[in-house]
Amino acid sequence: MALSASNLNAGDTYTESLVEDLKRTQIVMYAGASGDYNPVHTDEKFTKELAGYPSVFAHGMLTMGMTGSMLTNYVGDGRLTKFGVRFTSQVWPGDSLNATATVEDVTDGIVNLKVETTNQDGVVVLSGYAAARVD
Amino acid sequence: MAVDKFPVEGSHIMMFARSVGDDNQIYYDEAYAKGTEPGGVIAPPTFAQSSAQFDPDYFLRPKPGEDWFGSGKEATGIKKKPSGGGGGGGGGLHAEQHFEYHRHIGPGDVLTATVKQGEGWEKEGKRSGKLIFSETITEYHDQNGELVITARGVGVRTERPVDQ
Repeated sequence: MALSASNLNAGDTYTESLVEDLKRTQIVMYAGASGDYNPVHTDEKFTKELAGYPSVFAHGMLTMGMTGSMLTNYVGDGRLTKFGVRFTSQVWPGDSLNATATVEDVTDGIVNLKVETTNQDGVVVLSGYAAARVD
Repeated sequence: MAVDKFPVEGSHIMMFARSVGDDNQIYYDEAYAKGTEPGGVIAPPTFAQSSAQFDPDYFLRPKPGEDWFGSGKEATGIKKKPSGGGGGGGGGLHAEQHFEYHRHIGPGDVLTATVKQGEGWEKEGKRSGKLIFSETITEYHDQNGELVITARGVGVRTERPVDQ
């Protein structure tokens, strides 16, 4: 399952669809599992009337969690050594997300990856990096 | 958030993996996980964030007998006006998150989380007015005192909700 250094080249990419038409229920599931019950993620009334947004929106950490799933599918289980991101745009119910890992380099048994997640309009919602052990 | 005792449990890992849409068997099937390289169930990469569940004072969880800023009859259950700017309800927005994995955690681990305040800075944003950033560094140690995960989070408070 793990990647082999000899098969990796700078510029190689791996892409996965993370979600199609993100449902509010999935955001609720994430709130329940993570313990982050900020109403801006699950409470439409509060979010529209008080927080001033058009609807509830996903936790940044839900997008990071889904992106992490793409990464572990690519590099193998238990292989990540680093994973870091910036949240560059909000993710809304109804969004469809794609995540891509791009190989930057392979040194001393570690692959460095650039990580990017975009929505259906091509807007980057998450931008970051990861590193993983390779064989 | 600082946490004295974060017991990592199989059912919590299963629910967390489901919530991020990850159906990898290594997150719930012990028999399958035994045959994998880690040799047992492990937690997904961002699982440590759910240590919030074990912080008794975590401010983004409603507590019995206390006002909650989410809606009931009205848009907020808080009688007085909530303080602070817009942008994220009560909690601000999450700007960045970074993890370093020293070891992958799994059921049976009992972690502590210690938090250090990092840097703070300000920036003028085009879509939300002044942005106030603050950084926290969280170190997760296991039951043997070994550092297993280092996490760095950056939160941002905005002057007004982000323009769409």
